[in-house]
Amino acid sequence: MSAAPSLEAITASKAYGGVQALDNASFSALPGEVHALVGENGAGKSTLIKVLGGRVRPDSGTIRIDGAKVVHGGPNDAHLLGCWTVFQELTLLPWMSVAENLLLRREPRNALGLTSPRRLVAAAGRVLEKFGITEIDPRALIEDLPLAARQVIEIVRALSHEPRILLLDEPTSALMERETAWLFAQIRRLRATGTTIVFTSHRWHEVETIADRITVFRGGRDVGSFTTLAEEEAVTLMTGQRVETFYPPLPAAPSARADAMLSVADLAGGRLAGVSFTLHQGEILGVGGLAGHGHRELFLMLFGAERPHAGRILLRGREVRLRSPRGAIRNGIALVPEDRKTEGLLLPLSVRDNLTLAVLDRLSRFGVIGRAAERAQAARLMARLAVRAPNAAIPVGTLSGGNQQKVLLGRWLLADCPILLFYDVTRGVDVATKHEIYELMMELARSGSAILFYSSDALELAHLAHRVLVLREGRIAAELPALDLTAEQIVAAAMRERLAA
Amino acid sequence: MPPRAARRSLLAHAIARNIGLVLVIFLLVFSIFLYGLIYGLTEGRLPGGFELTSTVNNTMPLVLAAMAQTLVVLTRGLDLSVGGVVDLANALGAISLGATPARMALASAFILLAGAGLGLVNGILVAYGRLQPILVTLATLSIYQGLAIRILPQPGGAVPEGYTALLTNPSVPAALLYVVLLGLFWTAFRRSQAGIAIIAIGNDEGAAAANGINPLRAKLLAYTLSGFFAAAAGLFLVATATAGDATTGNGYTLTSIVAVVLGGVSLFGGRGSAIGAMLGAFVTTMIVNILFFAHIDPLYQSFYEGAFLVIAVVLAEGLGRFVRKRR
Repeated sequence: MSAAPSLEAITASKAYGGVQALDNASFSALPGEVHALVGENGAGKSTLIKVLGGRVRPDSGTIRIDGAKVVHGGPNDAHLLGCWTVFQELTLLPWMSVAENLLLRREPRNALGLTSPRRLVAAAGRVLEKFGITEIDPRALIEDLPLAARQVIEIVRALSHEPRILLLDEPTSALMERETAWLFAQIRRLRATGTTIVFTSHRWHEVETIADRITVFRGGRDVGSFTTLAEEEAVTLMTGQRVETFYPPLPAAPSARADAMLSVADLAGGRLAGVSFTLHQGEILGVGGLAGHGHRELFLMLFGAERPHAGRILLRGREVRLRSPRGAIRNGIALVPEDRKTEGLLLPLSVRDNLTLAVLDRLSRFGVIGRAAERAQAARLMARLAVRAPNAAIPVGTLSGGNQQKVLLGRWLLADCPILLFYDVTRGVDVATKHEIYELMMELARSGSAILFYSSDALELAHLAHRVLVLREGRIAAELPALDLTAEQIVAAAMRERLAA
Repeated sequence: MPPRAARRSLLAHAIARNIGLVLVIFLLVFSIFLYGLIYGLTEGRLPGGFELTSTVNNTMPLVLAAMAQTLVVLTRGLDLSVGGVVDLANALGAISLGATPARMALASAFILLAGAGLGLVNGILVAYGRLQPILVTLATLSIYQGLAIRILPQPGGAVPEGYTALLTNPSVPAALLYVVLLGLFWTAFRRSQAGIAIIAIGNDEGAAAANGINPLRAKLLAYTLSGFFAAAAGLFLVATATAGDATTGNGYTLTSIVAVVLGGVSLFGGRGSAIGAMLGAFVTTMIVNILFFAHIDPLYQSFYEGAFLVIAVVLAEGLGRFVRKRR
């Protein structure tokens, strides 16, 4: 601890509108140190990263790099000092190729200052290869890549600048285990060369695995830095209170005679190769497995957003054809997606408008919305869900991720849909909000809703589902009963084929 | 290592990436074929060199206007003032192009610079004023048109023969050379820092800024170049007409957008090629030719033009989806 810090923020503050995102926060990181920033959503981690990386100018406070005060005029200034950032909201250009994105503003050029696609692709190929990425085609357009691959490209771009300071905001939230392992190997290599690495994560085991030091944020302030910290202590620090039992108890499993709410027979299409199961009233049916094995297609088909090529969907024994999300909602099926920003919420509209969107016909008379009824409903829901927002009229886009997710959940609560599809709803959501979402799920199940629940977090499935279907290559590879179910079993079932091969 | 992103053949990549270009080439071939057929049926012979030359000459102003429009559309903007700049250049050309080559060169250079200046005004208002491009250029369209009428209240003026011969020679398809030069310009521009910046901000302005691109500068450049090319369109227009008219340019605002859309340039910015837009300009001319030789009542001409545009866009969209599905 004798070395001088390579990166410091001293009493930095930043407000967005009325929300104090950073409130006199201080932070310092040493050369050759992997420093984790932890805290709930809205605790100020992302804002701190943006301030350090020159993306956002603090309202007050000082940033120091190698002891010298710096005033970033923009990302370029930070880059000149060897400080590179991987932002949580990716900064790739969707309709340009991997190569163009990787080498943006440093394309190989000829004497006339012009680049050529051929040289660009070759150079990008070398960069990818250098960091051990062989499965991404440098000519592919970003928009055609899955989220995980985009995240990898974003990381490779930062790595390729050989940063002295590397800031990573939630780099693993879009990554699967293999890519996370790759990232950690890169981080270890950089650490050995004296690079300072700052990262944020909501996954404690990652923090434990790789971090040399942990700084906890709460409410825009740093509440302590530690070289060792137990998870319970961290959660207490992050939330300011003790979370008693993280996973709430499951309601009793529905009896074998419980009503079949939703049955699926040989459903296939896209990567889904034929899946059959039945979801009962009051049941939480988990769906697990590695990404890209058909989960997404299954959920989109059940929500009417994608058409199956084959198979049948039965609601209470009656066959239905779901041609659109509107049709699904009419049949009492609601989807809570992972990507709430693009698949669920209308960000510029108010919290209230978002809450009541699906039930406007119920609140309206002759096509005119009853404002009083709408207000009352929205206020009730916001209180029930503990949505942290100054009022119901502010745009939902200004809320933190966890609170946005709660608004989306609230919409379907209001719509009274008996069948709920939860697709990785807690991804990128902080601990306290996760807990609230879990509680809500249990409450919904107790009151008779049937819940189909996909999660990329096997631990979540093991604790929160009555049984778990593991999808592999578009089929159900295993059906695991909840009794004594462990995350390891789910992961093992998902990987079996791969291990055997 | 990370999830699948299958490697495809170079050709498949090129087609998938330039689906708009593929479609506009198809449209062009199809419309040329149809034109030849109808021409042959009504005239009793196939179109020849004269038809080629006059078609290229007549399309040149639209080709340039399409280039102007593309540059702005790529930034996720829209330049409605293209027609106004064409008018202004047209009017200025009619009164200032003198008889001597030096005078012609000087006047042309001045007019092109003036066009760039008018574009710069748009750019400043859009980039620094943070105003909606559609609003800014709608206002400047009226202003530029007003100025043009003020300069040349009645059609007239004279364009020296030498000027017409140089730009739009009625007997030699010299204008084809300009089309090729424009294609080369675009290819180089697309590979330059400035061109990449313009496309990048059309992809995602925030992301481009995070990568150190200056969005304001890129916008200024796009609008300035747009003004420059629109002024060039005006000069070609005055050269073909051999006299000035401060109102004939009006139509270029809309037809340039049509050419851009036909050429596969996304109105959402960031995607497309000016080569496609220039080919789109030729498709637009061919449609007019076809309607002319099919003896369609000129009153119904815009009806058929509109119908054709809708069909073409639906086709483009359908083909795009088809290619996407097959991945």
